[in-house]
Amino acid sequence: MSILINKNTKVITQGITGKTGQFHTEKCIEYANGKNCFVAGVNPKKAGEKIFDVPIFASVKDAKAASGATVSVIYVPPAGAADAIWEACEADIDLAICITEGIPVRDMLIVRNKMKQKVARGGKETLLLGPNCPGLITPEEIKIGIMPGHIHRKGRIGVVSRSGTLTYEAVAQVTELGLGQSSAIGIGGDPINGLKHIDIMRMFNDDPDTDAVIMIGEIGGPDEAEAARWCKDHMKKPVVGFIAGVTAPAGKRMGHAGALISGGADTAEAKLAIMEECGFTVTRNPSEMGKLLKSLL
Amino acid sequence: MKIHEYQGKEILRKFGVATPRGIPCFSVDEAVKAAEQLGGKIWVVKAQIHAGGRGKGGGVKLARSLDEVRQHAGSILGMQLKTHQTGPAGQQVRRLLIEDGADIKKEYYVAALTDRATQQVAMMASSEGGMDIEEVAHQTPEKIIKVFVDPLVGLSDAQAKQLADGIGVPADSQAKAIDTFKKLYICYMETDASLAEINPLILEAGVDGKAGNIKALDAKFNFDSNALYRQPEIVAYRDFDEEDADEVEASKFDLAYISLDGNIGCLVNGAGLAMATMDTIKLFGAEPANFLDVGGGATTEKVTEAFKIMLKNPKVKGILVNIFGGIMKCDTIASGIVSAAREVHLSVPLVVRMKGTNEDLGKKILAESGLPIIAADTMADAATKIVAAVN
Repeated sequence: MSILINKNTKVITQGITGKTGQFHTEKCIEYANGKNCFVAGVNPKKAGEKIFDVPIFASVKDAKAASGATVSVIYVPPAGAADAIWEACEADIDLAICITEGIPVRDMLIVRNKMKQKVARGGKETLLLGPNCPGLITPEEIKIGIMPGHIHRKGRIGVVSRSGTLTYEAVAQVTELGLGQSSAIGIGGDPINGLKHIDIMRMFNDDPDTDAVIMIGEIGGPDEAEAARWCKDHMKKPVVGFIAGVTAPAGKRMGHAGALISGGADTAEAKLAIMEECGFTVTRNPSEMGKLLKSLL
Repeated sequence: MKIHEYQGKEILRKFGVATPRGIPCFSVDEAVKAAEQLGGKIWVVKAQIHAGGRGKGGGVKLARSLDEVRQHAGSILGMQLKTHQTGPAGQQVRRLLIEDGADIKKEYYVAALTDRATQQVAMMASSEGGMDIEEVAHQTPEKIIKVFVDPLVGLSDAQAKQLADGIGVPADSQAKAIDTFKKLYICYMETDASLAEINPLILEAGVDGKAGNIKALDAKFNFDSNALYRQPEIVAYRDFDEEDADEVEASKFDLAYISLDGNIGCLVNGAGLAMATMDTIKLFGAEPANFLDVGGGATTEKVTEAFKIMLKNPKVKGILVNIFGGIMKCDTIASGIVSAAREVHLSVPLVVRMKGTNEDLGKKILAESGLPIIAADTMADAATKIVAAVN
């Protein structure tokens, strides 16, 4: 099994006709059961047309009604991406995955609060993964996002990270050791995002087919510490932890808007200490995440 | 993106927040003229650099005559102003702000910033104005009052009053303080700021029994770089003199570059992996010379520019390239590295670690290039090899 998605998941692609959307949709369709998973695309100007044999609809609502899809992946450019997330939410999609990098923080603030308001008023909750994330994959079943499919292998290790290439690094180490992944998830590097480490750790904890987890974080923000504290009381499975940014100077932006050291408690060292305290097996050497995890099994 | 204090005050005034009158200047003569134009008997001569702590560093001086204005402007303009935020080299002062002196009765602190945990805007205020707020948070956290603002609702009167009460604004000045907080919040949202800080926010002494005015004596802004495309007025404030020239050059090629103090240059794809690579270099006994993320779509041109920028730094004694080929293919990157190394006549050791899509093809290109490139399998292996090569 896996978390969030599997080979039977039906997916809508918002921004399917753009350059990025096209490129990655084709790769996702080629991966494992992708041909049966990617069932609809959205572009208001191209409704009725097809791309890679996938029918295009005017809206997420139309695409959902026609295809029965429950998940949507968003490649819409930054200026319209928050609106695209809200459109998926209004259509009562279960899970929206926003790959787009560079969305203004104010737009994310507003859409996240609209999403919360909808739930508070009794509306259906749409989970959001990202933005500025690589997406997620359940190896040999389905890949939704921009990660290279071939480094993954079906297995029983969960991987969660804010960073794309660092997720691939962990995945490749696990695969090379002859293990594999139940699911690998990039939650994205932006300061205002949807699912957080703690949410993904909960899901891995509940997933009968995940035996252990690699959790990777970065400098900035309280999320990793929060997840670690939750794990201390609830996590039944071994966790290997790594935090990138020990060498990052305070106040400098390191590519990810979220990776900004502002106070004292969100430095890499502070987070590593909290993770260790909460029972994680922590490493300061990112080349050893896989080996360390294997030693815990 | 950061801006100068005088620019921040221009923005605040546009949103209705009161500030002292002031005039930005670029020379000593301009400074004296500005003081004449402002009139009065007392002026403040303030260094304009993109860093806090200017007062402690000697960049803010009170002048009680035009002669003193001339004297202070002369000593501040052109100085290397060192503060806890500039680094040991300091920052050269190229602009001044000449301002009316204020009759300060009380100093407060107020700021707006985005709170990741609640996904709302945090408005923070304190009775301990004029001090380093980190220090206040550390020593007397109870003196910082916070309210969290739902962006769908905005800062309510009740919340603004909570801030004013919390920091002890006198009753007859409360209405002015509440108005200031609400305007600051609107300013924060509408300009796509990531930080809007007024420290100190002052209560002026009242005249003829009237309540004193509330004014922003300083203004510190930071803006969300993702939103600059829709903020042309903010972009116009950008001062390249205040930014690292290499970082500016890198940004033209869509490279995320930050210079650091070590001697190992590193070129990586992805921000998280770039930080992890820097950390690994440190773990194996050296220090990174930079952070450099070439992003997802690196071309030969981009890689060549990346090499040029890294090598401009005279401290760089070796380079470590760490690429995880996903969408980006290792052979494309390898060709880029080879042509870059030739173009810049690379004379420092180069270790390349490549993984992922078309890894074998990439390694072959590097091996057959005839260049003395050291291949590595893992990040740890790469770090060990570059540290050995440099020592």
